[in-house]
Amino acid sequence: MSAKVQVQTTINNEPVEFLCEPRQSLLECLRDIVGLTGAKEGCGDGNCGSCTVRLGDRIVTSCLVLGVEAAGQSITTVEGLAHGNTLHPLQKAFLENAALQCGICTPGFLIAADALLQKHPQPTEEQTRFWLANNLCRCTGYDKIIRAVQAAAHEINANSGAAQ
Amino acid sequence: MKAFDYAAPASLPEAVGLLASQPAARLLAGGTDLLVQLRSGRKQADVVIDVKKIPELNEITLAPDHSLTIGAAVPCYRLTDHPAIRTHYPALAEVASWIGGTPIQGRASLGGNLCNSAPSADSIPLLIALSASAHLIGPAGRRSVPVEAFCTAPGRNQLAPGELLVAIHIPAPAPHSGAAYLRFIPRNEMDIAVVGAGASLTLANGLIAAARLALSSVAPTPLFVPAAGESLIGQAPTPAALEAAAQLAQAAASPISDMRGSAAYRRHLCAVMARRALELALARAQESK
Ligand SMILES: Cc1cc2nc3c(=O)[nH]c(=O)nc-3n(C[C@H](O)[C@H](O)[C@H](O)COP(=O)(O)OP(=O)(O)OC[C@H]3O[C@@H](n4cnc5c(N)ncnc54)[C@H](O)[C@@H]3O)c2cc1C
Ligand code: FES
Ligand code: FES
Repeated sequence: MSAKVQVQTTINNEPVEFLCEPRQSLLECLRDIVGLTGAKEGCGDGNCGSCTVRLGDRIVTSCLVLGVEAAGQSITTVEGLAHGNTLHPLQKAFLENAALQCGICTPGFLIAADALLQKHPQPTEEQTRFWLANNLCRCTGYDKIIRAVQAAAHEINANSGAAQ
Repeated sequence: MKAFDYAAPASLPEAVGLLASQPAARLLAGGTDLLVQLRSGRKQADVVIDVKKIPELNEITLAPDHSLTIGAAVPCYRLTDHPAIRTHYPALAEVASWIGGTPIQGRASLGGNLCNSAPSADSIPLLIALSASAHLIGPAGRRSVPVEAFCTAPGRNQLAPGELLVAIHIPAPAPHSGAAYLRFIPRNEMDIAVVGAGASLTLANGLIAAARLALSSVAPTPLFVPAAGESLIGQAPTPAALEAAAQLAQAAASPISDMRGSAAYRRHLCAVMARRALELALARAQESK
């Protein structure tokens, strides 16, 4: 076993330090060391997207990132989306539109959709489907997920309009 | 994954020195090939050397003449989001938006795509069509290899022990030129090309002055077909001329059968994809100043 490495990061706006082996993926570090089990392992090879987290200003499949690569970076996981007991508009829209069944894929979809709405506040269906093509769902058939993302976009835009 | 050490050199000399002292090292850019291969046991490493902290490998330089140098570790999204690349190299912005999905493009680099040297690598036929070269550095100094000569077998290339890719360089496009890469995949996104075709074409006085064509997924390496481009030189850009060039590409291919398609199907697709890539390159050449 090679020497463990101390990694300093910011996770969901809190400074977090963890000790990991260089071979451990960011996903393993989050789940098994830091104890944030929101991101899931579906495939372990970049195809399913259930491990998607935000790293810096991009989303990544955390199974294909080494934990040591996260040093000095900020990470957002699904645990960081809600404000206290108030769900993020995407989380509410997923519930209201029945956009999940077993829920394994949901953390990845939420993080990916959040990044989409920050880049394209009112995405078209096509933009949404392409952006989310790296997230697989074996339960819902996707339509409800797409509708939930569009509903959340409406809600966020309506609220930001009302605030002005 | 088996245990390894991790190093992230901050300069090229440091990286070259480390690589020379570590025979069982592997270079890490976006990791979207390497980490999959290390986890499956297909590759091993004692040390993983992360090249993303080396400034030169992260630079995109578009010169005033529009020649382009892309650092080996630049992730795909930076190409897709780059306004001047979208304007001057639309085909490059497109291919960068087709490698994996959004979270893969946040990490995956063209340098990694080239150095992984898969026969199906989507960026390589386009880089060949654009006359790109691979800028390498190693214990013996720097050298440059044309991309069409870089890959030697599936997963193998011209990198000598201790060498690494610094950047991919694309010479200034000629006036009235255009390029395209098209691939055939069963899904709209997130799949490996059954056949891909990259083409570039330059017009002068209404005739074709230069053309280059390369294919993916139809030979042990990405396949440059010089005869296809040469057949077009001096010709009017007619559908018949493009079709004849596409037939030459098809004749050069030696596809295999696998779960994505039979050899016969792939051979058929070679001509179709080559013709369509030439048509799109021509349309772009006609629009360009
Ligand atoms: C879900 C998924 C979808 C994908 N879809 C596509 C697709 O549609 N089309 C496609 O072509 N590919 C695809 N790929 C493969 C992969 O994403 C690409 O090949 C990508 O461009 C690799 O770049 P990287 O930066 O991640 O390389 P890495 O994995 O970091 O490296 C790849 C190889 O190059 C070596 N290397 C890296 N940098 C250097 C350097 N500077 N000098 C020398 N050697 C170096 C590494 O040691 C390794 O052997 C996909 C992969 C995944 C996981
Ligand atoms: S577990 Fe990371 S993409 Fe499937
Ligand atoms: S809800 Fe079960 S995989 Fe998506």
